Amino acid sequence: MSGFSRVGHALYEGRLSIDFVGRKWLWYSISGLIVLVAVLGLAFKPLNMGIEFVGGVEYRVAMTPGHVDQASVTAISDALHGSGIDAASQPIVNTSGQESIRVQTKPLTTDQAAHITTLIRQSGNVRDISSEQIGPSWGQQVAKRALLGLVVFLVLVVLLIWAYFREWKMSVAAIVALAHDLVITVGVYALSGFEVTPATVTGVLTILGFSLYDTVVVFDKVRENTRNLGRTDQTYGEAANLAVNQTLVRSINTSVVALLPVGALLYVGTVYLGSGALKDLALALFVGMAAGAYSSIFIATPLLVQLKEREPGVRAGDARAQRRRARRAADRYTEVPVYSEDMPIGADPGVEPEVESDDGTTVVVNRASSPGPPGRFSAGERSKTVRPVSGSSSAGRPQPTRKPRSQRGKG
Amino acid sequence: MARKTARPGRSLIVFGIAIVAMYVGLALHGVWSPKLGLDLQGGTLITLEASTTTGEAVTPEKLKEAAGIIDSRVNAYGVAESAVSTQGNRNIVVEIPGKNSKSIVNTVKQTAQLRFRLVAAAQPDVQLPTPSPSPSASPGSKGKQHKSPQTAKPSPSPAGRAVSEGLLRADKPHSPSPKSSPSPSLPPPTNLPTPQPSAAPGTPTPVNKVPTNKSSVADLLAWANAPDTKSQAAFQQFTCAQADKQPDNPAKPLLACDKKGTTKYLLSPAMIEGTQLDNASSGIPQNDVKYVVNLDFNGTATGTFGDVTRALVGTQKQFAIVLDGVVLSAPVVDSPITNGQAQISGNFTQSSAQSLANSLKYGALPLTFSVPVVSEEGPTLAADQLNAGLLAGAIGLALVLIYCMFYYRGLGIVVVASLFVAGAITYAAVLFLSFTAGFTLTLPGIAGLIVAVGITADSFIVYFERIRDEMRSGKSVRVAVEAGWVRARGTCLAADAVTLLAAVVLYIFAIGAVKGFAFALGISTVIDLVVFFLFTKPMVTWLARFRFFSTGHRFSGLSPSHVGIERIGSPRPAGVAR
Repeated sequence: MSGFSRVGHALYEGRLSIDFVGRKWLWYSISGLIVLVAVLGLAFKPLNMGIEFVGGVEYRVAMTPGHVDQASVTAISDALHGSGIDAASQPIVNTSGQESIRVQTKPLTTDQAAHITTLIRQSGNVRDISSEQIGPSWGQQVAKRALLGLVVFLVLVVLLIWAYFREWKMSVAAIVALAHDLVITVGVYALSGFEVTPATVTGVLTILGFSLYDTVVVFDKVRENTRNLGRTDQTYGEAANLAVNQTLVRSINTSVVALLPVGALLYVGTVYLGSGALKDLALALFVGMAAGAYSSIFIATPLLVQLKEREPGVRAGDARAQRRRARRAADRYTEVPVYSEDMPIGADPGVEPEVESDDGTTVVVNRASSPGPPGRFSAGERSKTVRPVSGSSSAGRPQPTRKPRSQRGKG
Repeated sequence: MARKTARPGRSLIVFGIAIVAMYVGLALHGVWSPKLGLDLQGGTLITLEASTTTGEAVTPEKLKEAAGIIDSRVNAYGVAESAVSTQGNRNIVVEIPGKNSKSIVNTVKQTAQLRFRLVAAAQPDVQLPTPSPSPSASPGSKGKQHKSPQTAKPSPSPAGRAVSEGLLRADKPHSPSPKSSPSPSLPPPTNLPTPQPSAAPGTPTPVNKVPTNKSSVADLLAWANAPDTKSQAAFQQFTCAQADKQPDNPAKPLLACDKKGTTKYLLSPAMIEGTQLDNASSGIPQNDVKYVVNLDFNGTATGTFGDVTRALVGTQKQFAIVLDGVVLSAPVVDSPITNGQAQISGNFTQSSAQSLANSLKYGALPLTFSVPVVSEEGPTLAADQLNAGLLAGAIGLALVLIYCMFYYRGLGIVVVASLFVAGAITYAAVLFLSFTAGFTLTLPGIAGLIVAVGITADSFIVYFERIRDEMRSGKSVRVAVEAGWVRARGTCLAADAVTLLAAVVLYIFAIGAVKGFAFALGISTVIDLVVFFLFTKPMVTWLARFRFFSTGHRFSGLSPSHVGIERIGSPRPAGVAR
């Protein structure tokens, strides 16, 4: 585990660096491919909407232990087939989890539904029955509300991001990443045939929150790293890439910790209950969380860099950084500090003193690259009144002279 | 910052006292377990969708009143702990714990119906079967022509609450039934059957058939004065115990009881529908000391009501206000009311007058209900779900704790303590909301709480990673704890704001059980912030004072090798490009 920490430290320092920004076209094409598959899946294999959206009756039948098998399924299926109710004559019956069987029919009236309940109960080995009866028009209302909730949430999120970053390019990149997660999640549902229920929609909305959270963390660091870009010889892309690398450990940790409880939910929901709100929620969370962690690193940041690189200021800064680097490549000693006679004491040009700024960030002041000819004092470092200097034979170089204490202040 | 960090111990103690105080408060009320939703305890959930017959909007007031009416219907069924609530702008949710309540569905969904009917007969409800002369009397008659209007001074009423005598009806019924031969011979009231043989085989008598709500006021009055024998027979057999089984059909006579079930009534078909009532209010009129209920009829009803009151005035005959087949009030008429503005006086208190006025005002909501969702949860399955939810919570929590202890070692203690504190506060909040606001814990709610474990732990990770970052840039542990806090705080606020936003949007837009998830997620997020600021931070500051942490012990989670630096407080290796 401390190995992981060392990796984290190496990533932080930039000694170990994964080129997220530079290989953007690789990530774009991977994502493009996944999104394409998702869209195609959506086009050719429509979503498997649950009865909450299309209407119908669902029975969850708890069987006595040892009777969740094909024989019971057939028995229930036959019972419904012989019910004489048209809508219930083609039921979907399958086992669900370890202890129950799930039966779905088309919409029924209350009396018909009660009749079917009795039929199922009579088919044998039934411990308990739960039923859910949804009218066809209700599903449309639910779907409409879900869609409305999604749209409202997205609009609010765009506003929130815009207010937080004060920069439309970051907002656009974050939204693209969100849309990416959304499409992939929906695509997974279309291709896998998992049932879409209101709980799924809830899961997806929650996921959007998580995905956004990841992006916020990364972008925060990007902003921090690029604030003093002019003082370094990094391009914007490099600074952003360093930010992603620096937050990588944190992203992985938060994702793992968020996924652990969701995994527990998914496990329990699938194995013990078989179906229902727990499974639907956890599944959507699981799929979306993976997509969200991926997109904030591989999509959002490269996209942000691409957008930013179009800005004249950023372009000029990058050009300057590259010129400086080219110069250094040509003459390795260009930036070696030069000591001069009248330099202030303690101002070793090779060391960058750190100054704790009031907001807690560490600002590195690199004097070597700060403008101005060497040897000139800046305010605060030395008093304006230069003390007299006289030659000293013992030291071999000029030394400041100082009056004895008793004579100071008297002229 | 310095002021805040100066006394972490004190902050922790205050926070601890606050938590203990919460639980003491709850203990005083004896609240230890939250109300469980139907999916966790079993029961029936019915969602009703309201729509208006007239096409106007479903207003929140109408919906609320309808919910009240439905509530009283469900309560009439004698189901304990049922709950009726409105949801969104057009839904009413009825939750009925327990089993086998599907039969309630039809009762619940019927439209609330307020009608004005004439009282043909009223009696105290006696449980003994009343010896009724009528059964034998009209064996052959098929309920069509049973009566001649005025002869049948019906109601052999033992109660003596007899319908008023013929003078009211004199004008109309006489003329249309000239051939009511038996009429001159007024039979004794108890001797009902006699007139019939002559009437039935005789020529068609226009008034002797049972009127409908389309019939003229005169016909209704005529019938009320002299109900047909079949209705009478039914009335005699009727007891208030059967009241629920009576369909409230406006076109037919109705057998009904008052609210207390002490008096039974034989009522005419509806003369005025509740929808024809413009307004109703209660108050004390000037120069009076008693509460009255004021009615305001609309145009068409004004005429009808005028006719009726003119006919009933001066008699002891009543008309009845019937809501859902229950007689709300059966006043007599003191004076004819022709302007459509009536006053009901009686022994009203302020609340009973207000309640009657409300029933009148909203009782006839032109709302019809469809039943889009009926879900019935078996108690065994519900118990399974509860266990599964708790199991998932235990597994999830355990995994997070193990991971944090393993990865953060000493700092893992902070995670464990913080999560348990957050759990304690969350449980208290759930109890409190369950006690005061009727919050019920559902399966999605439990899922929300479990997912929130991850969100809460995420805040700590952000903070710890920040501390390590600061240590990597050469700060000592105690300085890094403070510097890291400032950065982590902002990130954490932004992240929780997004989660809270998602929860609020979900709560507003979601329908059904999903609301529980959003609610749980929302309160967990808020509690996460509270714990993070008031507990986790002081605790880390406090721990950083111990040598175990400040010197970077091997198991503290802040050891140099763990963070990946040479030694604590060492400056960053020179020459590294940043």
